[in-house]
Amino acid sequence: MAKSEELYNAILEGDAKRAHAATAEALAAGVVPMDLIAGSMVPAMDEVGRLFEAEEYFVPELLLAGRAMKSALELLRPLLAAAGEKMATRVVIGTVKGDLHDIGKNIVGSMLEGSGFEVIDLGTDVSPEKFVAAVEERNPQVICMSALLTVTMPAMKTTIDALTNAGVRTRVKVLIGGAPVTSQYAKEIGADGYSESASGAVGLVRGLIANA
Amino acid sequence: MPETTVEESVRKYSTLAIPSQEQLLYGVCPHPLECGLGLTIGAGTVFPEVNFTLPPMNMTDETWPEVVAHYEQMAEQILRRAVSLGVPGIVLEFELLPPMTEKPEWGAELTAILKRHMRASHEKHKLACALRVTPTDIRDQSKPPLMRSGQAWERLKRSLELCADAGADILSIESIGGKEVHDQALMYGDFPGVVFALGVLAPRDMSWLWGQIHHICAARPGVICGGDSACGFANTAMQLAHQKMLPEVLAATVRAMSAVRSLAAFEQGAVGPSKDCAYEGPVIKAITGYPISMEGKSASCAHFSPVGNIAAAMCDLWSNESVQNVRLLSGNAPEVFTELLSYDCRLMNTAAGAGGALQMRDWMTLSDEWLSPQAAVLSPKATIRIATAIVSEDSPYRQTIAAGRAAVEIMKDGVNQQKLHLSRKEQQWLTRIDGVLESLPREGETLMHDLESQYGSLYDKAGYGLE
Repeated sequence: MAKSEELYNAILEGDAKRAHAATAEALAAGVVPMDLIAGSMVPAMDEVGRLFEAEEYFVPELLLAGRAMKSALELLRPLLAAAGEKMATRVVIGTVKGDLHDIGKNIVGSMLEGSGFEVIDLGTDVSPEKFVAAVEERNPQVICMSALLTVTMPAMKTTIDALTNAGVRTRVKVLIGGAPVTSQYAKEIGADGYSESASGAVGLVRGLIANA
Repeated sequence: MPETTVEESVRKYSTLAIPSQEQLLYGVCPHPLECGLGLTIGAGTVFPEVNFTLPPMNMTDETWPEVVAHYEQMAEQILRRAVSLGVPGIVLEFELLPPMTEKPEWGAELTAILKRHMRASHEKHKLACALRVTPTDIRDQSKPPLMRSGQAWERLKRSLELCADAGADILSIESIGGKEVHDQALMYGDFPGVVFALGVLAPRDMSWLWGQIHHICAARPGVICGGDSACGFANTAMQLAHQKMLPEVLAATVRAMSAVRSLAAFEQGAVGPSKDCAYEGPVIKAITGYPISMEGKSASCAHFSPVGNIAAAMCDLWSNESVQNVRLLSGNAPEVFTELLSYDCRLMNTAAGAGGALQMRDWMTLSDEWLSPQAAVLSPKATIRIATAIVSEDSPYRQTIAAGRAAVEIMKDGVNQQKLHLSRKEQQWLTRIDGVLESLPREGETLMHDLESQYGSLYDKAGYGLE
């Protein structure tokens, strides 16, 4: 499998321009896109994840690595699509209706993106109807909902109920998170999972997709 | 870039109201504040400030009677416990939830309910008390946020007015101007972006917003223009640092720099007490001489902090931040936390009464000071250093950089004296922040232009008076 050390290091160091250039160079040299992903990009992001878990990296290093990965993927996506390769898992993310807090949601979204997922961010104060429409129109495999207020937590259940009523609940996995949210609450409202941390959310999405 | 001029501001601070750390004590300040029903804050006694909120529940027209019942219950139980403990005075803070600001009449109705209970306690038990009301800053509903116009601002303004009319004694807010840039800059560790948000955007919005709040208060005798909090900036950084997502040295530097945007409220007429979650409060107190509210160990119901004791060292009100109305063994959580705060305050006041305020303050300081960079920038000595750096400069942008430099120097001194221990990664970040602070342009306008391609799409220039 062809491996680009330059691409690997550029992602590890969060250098988007270098990652983009290294990808272009590798492609020009005839390296197959999937080999670049499997040989350099995925190992680099795995190492970034390991460094984060070991508290060697903070979120900024993690996000910059994700940004570098994304800049490399920009070159590869059209080639992968043309070759009929399976595209990345699509995740819809948003803060539920009535809640304007978004930093936790943004971190989760960025970390998912950096881990190779395609993320559609619906923003904050997202109504159940918007979540349903996103499932119908964008066909994601996963929905992530965030809430920071005790009084907006119930909107998570309302959204899950809306997905059920629209007949699309079985098409997606639903994950929830946020300061007042618990795994018990996730079970009570029929969510598929809960994570108390952004890195945990990435692992959870990976696990759910692998077991789907 | 048009600057806020001295003429437009109510005040401009170039000296410290409290120039030495020996004078920077809890419970006292140069400008005590008479407010509410017989309460004087900052005249020698620390009072509890109790903050409370709803348990998980929907807030709709249908559930509104249940919401009202919760607030009736919380007010009754908090005041009953306060009377039982013989507190010399108390502040209740009603932080509106977003729907209560969206529908200003809701917030006003609850304000009136709380004030009714407080009047009854004052009349029956002579309990000195005041009600702080804090509407939610809902202006970030649109992207980019509309700061000075639009439906969200109109509702927020209406909420402030109706709550003041309904019985608020102190108006406050946790405003969000500049947060749309700060969030992204913080997450990516982009320190120039952090400085731009805190030193250019946030002070401009604060000056405008607090000018508006000052007008609202001025038209309503007895309603006090309280203060703001950098909650969405520095407390966000503090919580992310707690979760090992951001370096603590970054959070500590952000805290010090955030004092400049919070100071803008006082330049526009705020007189305190500043907000409880404004851990930058001691710097505000040193500069302005107005009383502050703080929170620490007894706010662990709401969030972690590495500054549980040191936060009390210079407070005038002592708060629990927020607690849900849920049942505990000895009663509901709001009244339980009333008791915790009351005992905290009683101990501080007893020490002060026995002439031991300085000793007590120093014990509270020493117990936390060098265990975290965030505590290191909160000591009385550090407070005076940061405050002095701020008043030595002449624009919010340069004041923000000066505050950041002071914080970095405090941490470097702590490391050099082997009091503050930083991990290799934290040390690297401290060096990096130090370098960026030294390399920033002299004018905020230059930095704004430098960062235009990075952040220009995130904020509305007109909303900050930049067009």
